[in-house]
Amino acid sequence: MFLDLTEEQKLIQDTARDFAKGELEPVAAQLDQGCDRGLLLANLKKLAGLGFMGLNVKEQYGGTEAGVVAFSVAITEIARACASTAVTLSVNNMVCEVIQAVGNEEQKMKYIPKICSGEYPAAGFALTETGAGSDPSAMSTQATKDGDFYVLNGSKIFITSAPYAGVFVVWAVTDREAPKGKGISCFLVEAGTPGLIIGKEEHKMGQHASSTNELLFDNCRVPASAMMGKLNDGFRIAVAELTGGRIGIGSLALGVGLAAMDFSTRYATERVQFGQKISSFQALQWMVADGYTELEASRLLLMNAAWRKENGRGFAKEASMAKLYATESANRACYKAMQMLGGYGYTQDFPIERYTRDARITSIYEGTSEIQRLIISREILRNFS
Amino acid sequence: MLIVVCIKQVPDTTQVQIDPVTNTLVREGIPFIVNPYDTHALEEALRLKDHFGCQVAAISMGPPNAEATLKKALALGVDQAILLSDRVFGGADTLATSNVLAAAIRKLHAEVDQVGLVLCGKQTIDGDTAQVGPGIASRLEYQQLTLVDKIVSLDLSGNMIRVSRKLEGRHEIVEAPLPAMLTVVRELNRPRYPKVPMRLAAVEASVEVWNNQVLKLDEQRIGLKGSPTWVSRIFSPERVQGEILGDGYADPAGTAEMLIEKLLAKDMLPI
Repeated sequence: MFLDLTEEQKLIQDTARDFAKGELEPVAAQLDQGCDRGLLLANLKKLAGLGFMGLNVKEQYGGTEAGVVAFSVAITEIARACASTAVTLSVNNMVCEVIQAVGNEEQKMKYIPKICSGEYPAAGFALTETGAGSDPSAMSTQATKDGDFYVLNGSKIFITSAPYAGVFVVWAVTDREAPKGKGISCFLVEAGTPGLIIGKEEHKMGQHASSTNELLFDNCRVPASAMMGKLNDGFRIAVAELTGGRIGIGSLALGVGLAAMDFSTRYATERVQFGQKISSFQALQWMVADGYTELEASRLLLMNAAWRKENGRGFAKEASMAKLYATESANRACYKAMQMLGGYGYTQDFPIERYTRDARITSIYEGTSEIQRLIISREILRNFS
Repeated sequence: MLIVVCIKQVPDTTQVQIDPVTNTLVREGIPFIVNPYDTHALEEALRLKDHFGCQVAAISMGPPNAEATLKKALALGVDQAILLSDRVFGGADTLATSNVLAAAIRKLHAEVDQVGLVLCGKQTIDGDTAQVGPGIASRLEYQQLTLVDKIVSLDLSGNMIRVSRKLEGRHEIVEAPLPAMLTVVRELNRPRYPKVPMRLAAVEASVEVWNNQVLKLDEQRIGLKGSPTWVSRIFSPERVQGEILGDGYADPAGTAEMLIEKLLAKDMLPI
């Protein structure tokens, strides 16, 4: 058993870390406060240029073909500096992967290189609806066949990167009579398609620089060739791809948790109270020990899930376990970090309050902690029945 | 035209400590990095390559594990990377080092393409002498332009280069015919990040190794034998005590002014 990263994976981690330290960390607070969209897009363009948009995508489509473990460590390094940039990166990679997994050759050649090269600043994953969150099969957006076209009507919500995405993977109901989840299909919809409207941007608690919008379809006509995968087979695709996305979000949460613990631990070795550094108090030593132990456990769970995916093993339960544990331990790490900084941690002069806000969503999006527990327990209980 | 960049693998001195008992560097577990000034030399060479289409070769003298440094240069886009490595090169001072580097440049000039520019960092962060670049220039009889913070113009057909040199409190614009050796400062540029696919390709790429059977240098002029100087002692410089200016509580504005005056006088504030 070999738990170390390969030479290649270390190089990718190293490249991501250098970029994050040099380009993202200095502007992360500014991005959080001012939502400087231009700056975010400029950084995304640079990351695309370096090869980070299609880490697990074949070279023939412009990807880096570096694997899932490399993807995970890269997202963690980027998130240590800027969670908003990391989530955009994670979703872009996920969209590349879904097109690679189920798109036909023409669709792959048309869209993946544009995402990988940065020609499209981002790509969107449009599944969630107001009435279909944890239960996506309850969606109501419709795609009605009209000759060689499908006409989409309905709306999506919480769509990451919507205003600057070049293409969206959109799920819609194509057979209303079919049993739940059996009548959904998947489409590729380009930005600017008439009838595709980018709705209002949500005012979120954190991850401010990443835009999250409503998406409206008002008689949005797409050619029948825009369908990805088989008719009425879309729900299975969504479930499969969300599983991979969980590795991305878990890795992101790990990065935020590490950033919080690193900052607060350094602070504890400098801050003096009662005539001594506060790191000399056992109360803080235990926070350091617990925080880093949980993050290390997160890392190993993520590496396991990523390795299994990379090597063609089943990884649904492992990805859920990693996502569940990494996101919740990142939240706990932020809580501890703020305790360690005391009142200063609660101010915007220090990054801990930003980490706390950025971490909070990770145990909600890409499947809530409760949904992860459902997936995990269902798979375990199956073995006992 | 060929541009040769001289780079060195150095311990990350931000992480180096000196053993208080033996007075030697604690090298255990210290990561190696490309000498930071050299990364700016490399970047400038790559920019000239992007602009003029000239070729870039990176050379480094060091032990076999210095190959990692050259692979980083390959990942950034240099055309050729050569490690100058041989036991007889070891223990070299700046004179012996510049003999080996100059010989390698001569060989590249003869066998690859006419060398127009040699770029070096202004100094290394471990040796800190700033002598190797000028040493190479004098061995090769090239023009030497040190402390360059800007290449003002490069005229390849007229064989002329004009640069800005960063001196204390002033800049000097100088012009020289090619071939020339430049040592560069950090202000020259902002180094690019290596692209992931190129870094991965560099893992597989091979770095040429030239030993003394290739360079055929007189052993009296290289390595320990060719080094008239040696390190007799290493010590941590005493930390110079800072000073307390004015009284920040009684007169914050006046104190701030004093501080700014002081920093301006020391050329520590960008204007």
